[in-house]
Amino acid sequence: MNKIILGRYIPGASFVHRLDPRSKLILSFFFIVVIFFANNVQSYLLLGVFTLFCVYLSKISLAFFIKGVRPLIWLILFTVVLQIFFTRGGQVYWQFGPFSVTHFGLVNGGFVFCRFVLIIFMSTLLTLTTAPLEIASALEALMLPLKKFKVPVYEISLMISIALRFVPTLMDETEKIMNAQRSRGVNFGEGSLIKQLKAVVPLLIPLFVGAFNRAEDLATAMEARGYRGGEGRTKYRVHFWKRRDTLSCVLFGLLTLLLLFLRNW
Amino acid sequence: MEKIIEIADLTFHYPQQDSELLRQVNLTIHKGEWVALIGHNGSGKSTLARLIDGLLVPTTGTLKIGGTILSDASVWQIRKKIGMVFQNPDNQFVGANVEEDVAFGLENLAIPRAQMQVRVKEALQRVNMWEFREHEPARLSGGQKQRVALAGVIAMRPEIIILDEATSMLDPEGRKDVIKIIQELSQAGFTIISITHDINEASLAQRVVVLNDGQILQAATPQTVFARGEKLLAVGLDVPFSEKLKVALSRQGLHVPAGYLTEEGMIDWLCQSISKT
Ligand SMILES: Nc1ncnc2c1ncn2[C@@H]1O[C@H](COP(=O)(O)OP(=O)(O)OP(=O)(O)O)[C@@H](O)[C@H]1O
Ligand SMILES: [Mg+2]
Repeated sequence: MNKIILGRYIPGASFVHRLDPRSKLILSFFFIVVIFFANNVQSYLLLGVFTLFCVYLSKISLAFFIKGVRPLIWLILFTVVLQIFFTRGGQVYWQFGPFSVTHFGLVNGGFVFCRFVLIIFMSTLLTLTTAPLEIASALEALMLPLKKFKVPVYEISLMISIALRFVPTLMDETEKIMNAQRSRGVNFGEGSLIKQLKAVVPLLIPLFVGAFNRAEDLATAMEARGYRGGEGRTKYRVHFWKRRDTLSCVLFGLLTLLLLFLRNW
Repeated sequence: MEKIIEIADLTFHYPQQDSELLRQVNLTIHKGEWVALIGHNGSGKSTLARLIDGLLVPTTGTLKIGGTILSDASVWQIRKKIGMVFQNPDNQFVGANVEEDVAFGLENLAIPRAQMQVRVKEALQRVNMWEFREHEPARLSGGQKQRVALAGVIAMRPEIIILDEATSMLDPEGRKDVIKIIQELSQAGFTIISITHDINEASLAQRVVVLNDGQILQAATPQTVFARGEKLLAVGLDVPFSEKLKVALSRQGLHVPAGYLTEEGMIDWLCQSISKT
């Protein structure tokens, strides 16, 4: 079970792995914004090649990225189909009531598909090459300016990191409780919807009780180790901005320029 | 000898309870001493440990740690002198991985990063977990997690280390590792209070304190305490195997030595008796 969530991160030492998580986070967001500037075949081609180049740099097999698309394929197809049916213009190939398949529609559908795939590839690249906790600590570093607006940044990031840390522990516990209840004759994932919902109750209650006990223990342990809130603490994990981070930013900048040059105005 | 913990007329009860859990507890612990605290389930051992660390406030009585009276004003100062390791290895692992968990306490003390790195390394090497520094808790055994917890305490350089059943959820192998580290820490001069149900662990201490229904029944050397075998059984405590054997032998009409025998002592004595007959 652990593999589903934590297995997403694939440890490695590639160029992408060694990038500062802050720059990876910013650049991924930046890329998603930039994608919306692409509006013709050349510009999409450029972005596609660039994405594949990044994938190549990560030294991770393309299969992992394709797997990332799979769970969303229906959503993507649905959007693509809507796009095809409701975009008008150009040569009409087929018409039925309000629906029509036009040249523009097909082209737009193709673009939407590419856009989805590129976004998924880039965000998968982020999660495959960055440990969840690195992402959490990068978020903290990036949210730091929000402290001025009295946002409890340290507490939020501690919450995220503790939550992430307890995912495998609670997964194990769920597994144990499920087995314990199975041995008492509860069937999970069988029977009618009502029956299945009923089966979840004896799973959730012990899980919640367990989680609360853990939370209390953890709070005591944290207090015993001198935790008094986020203020005035020093940090063990720090980020170092390296040459390769600057290099990546420059690369993304050039990409944007090229894209603006290629797109139709 | 220098007194490090002085408990005087301590009484405590949880607000939810109507009777007192700890009654008139008096106990003095000296610097560098290893004290084992034993008692049946619910006798108030964990509560006493939490009182010493200022995690709970006594109803009446005073606690003095290193000569300072425990109060709201001094609690954070005092907590720096005390490190605690709890029972469940999973519920005290705060950090994302081993080294970050060890650093957690140091971050709270606002230790500069450069110094943190030195201390984390030192502490992890002391418990033989330095090679595992980048492991997440999910990839560690219970014993390893407890060793990390110990490292977290060591890194903070306290004077007193309290272990609240720190070995009770471990397999024999993990337990042995942890006990070995405790022995080393004791030799290095730390004051140690170990709460335990494991009599073999308790017999390693210099002094055993028996808590029964919120009162100290006895505080003496392991030899003296365990020699009272049957009385300990009467208050719901387990006695070491060698003592059980002694009681069984004397029931058979054999003459057994009066004092407490360690397992090795028992073996020696048995061999001697057999060769005599
Ligand atoms: N937070 C609490 N609130 C109310 N009652 C409590 C609380 N914690 C413990 N108790 C009660 O106080 C009594 C003593 O608890 P304590 O944990 O000190 O015992 P213990 O000697 O450590 O036992 P064990 O060997 O099981 O760990 C128990 O009866 C328990 O139910
Ligand atoms: Mg206890």
